[in-house]
Amino acid sequence: MRSILTLAGLSLAAGQAAGDTIELEIEIPRLDVAEYHRPYVAIWVARPDHSVVSNIGVWYQQESRGAEEGETWLKDLRQWWRRTGRSLDMPVDGISGPTQAPGTHTVQLSSDDDRLSALEPGEYQLVVEAAREVGGREMLTVPFTWPLTEGANLSLNGERELGTVTLRTQKQ
Amino acid sequence: MKTSLLKASAATAAMTLAIAAPANAHRAWMLPSTYTLSGDEQWITVDGAISNNLFTPNHVAMRLDGVSVTGPDGAPIEMQNEASGEIRSVFDLHLQQQGTYRLSAGGDGYFASWEEGGERQRWRGDAETLAAEGIENKPDVEISRNVRRTETFVTLGQPSEGVFAQEGTGLELKPVTHPNDVYAGEEVTFQFLLDGSPAEGVTIELVRGHDRYRDAEGTVELTTDADGMVKFTPDTPAPYWLSAEHESEGNLNGRAIAVRTSYVMTFEALPF
Repeated sequence: MRSILTLAGLSLAAGQAAGDTIELEIEIPRLDVAEYHRPYVAIWVARPDHSVVSNIGVWYQQESRGAEEGETWLKDLRQWWRRTGRSLDMPVDGISGPTQAPGTHTVQLSSDDDRLSALEPGEYQLVVEAAREVGGREMLTVPFTWPLTEGANLSLNGERELGTVTLRTQKQ
Repeated sequence: MKTSLLKASAATAAMTLAIAAPANAHRAWMLPSTYTLSGDEQWITVDGAISNNLFTPNHVAMRLDGVSVTGPDGAPIEMQNEASGEIRSVFDLHLQQQGTYRLSAGGDGYFASWEEGGERQRWRGDAETLAAEGIENKPDVEISRNVRRTETFVTLGQPSEGVFAQEGTGLELKPVTHPNDVYAGEEVTFQFLLDGSPAEGVTIELVRGHDRYRDAEGTVELTTDADGMVKFTPDTPAPYWLSAEHESEGNLNGRAIAVRTSYVMTFEALPF
């Protein structure tokens, strides 16, 4: 797989500045296919050994909206399902969400968000996995050091099921 | 080009690795439509056959009267929509509990052969008919016992371990790596028990499915270590067929007989 990893903001900061916002951008590509279904997408933070620190989000067909089989395809988010999904009682408040249309989607997290407050300083990876009905699957892993340096801007480009995934700090 | 199906772990000194000669054996298997499932409840369908190729029915159907299904809580699950054709059997399962299910086909029978009227006679049957037909009294009779188990495992939700090695007889699998947690490129460790204890020196054969689409079957042979363990790394995502065989000396009413114990399992290795 050919991927481009860009790194910026390498100056060391003492800690995650209070009030800083962490911003994730996830691009779902527009695909010219005969039968298109929005992808299932899982976003999580893992340690280098793949153990999961925190789930950021899972976008899938919500069963409360009339679809009875929404959870049937969660296992197709293969790594997410294995690492954390199968041990969760879905839906999970604040993590589960509906599938998203093609375009760039932003997830903003304050540095004291529950989904980040468990992070001890150290090496982590942001993992984004997408699986599409009658389509393919793709997983992107963005390594990062916590706390993020001020002005950090890390991104990775997908090839098929994901566009650009970006992790950055945002000054308030 | 990769010539070997699997990479053996160099760290396991007790393990021997050899590419076995192409076998043309009749292989028993059960193949579930899906091994790993999510949601509150799901249906799967299962094929069962004894065939030369994996997993292509081309010999005889598996008999379903010897198949039992155990749910995560240990209670039996009923097969649905069972049917047996000439070369394949099929049944459905409604999975309504979270956890791992065991699908198991068992068999325990005797083979005997002797000379009678200048001809070699061959007989097979169970312990009851063996006694009833007086097989033990045939001239120069040779008797052996065959204990077989053919299994596969499927998981709805979180894998559980309650259904493994519950019987303490014959060869059984005890997961170190759960069979529904196998990924290409990751080392797998399985433990084998014989009559409930770690089974050392058991010959394990591993064959990747879809062998009819390649010239060399690429069977890999492993041997369990002192703890009954084998380690291997599947290099290709695919369904796999595993067979364990053990031969020991048994006893039938004071007569020493050969006991061949076998264990077969199908599992899949997922792409990472």
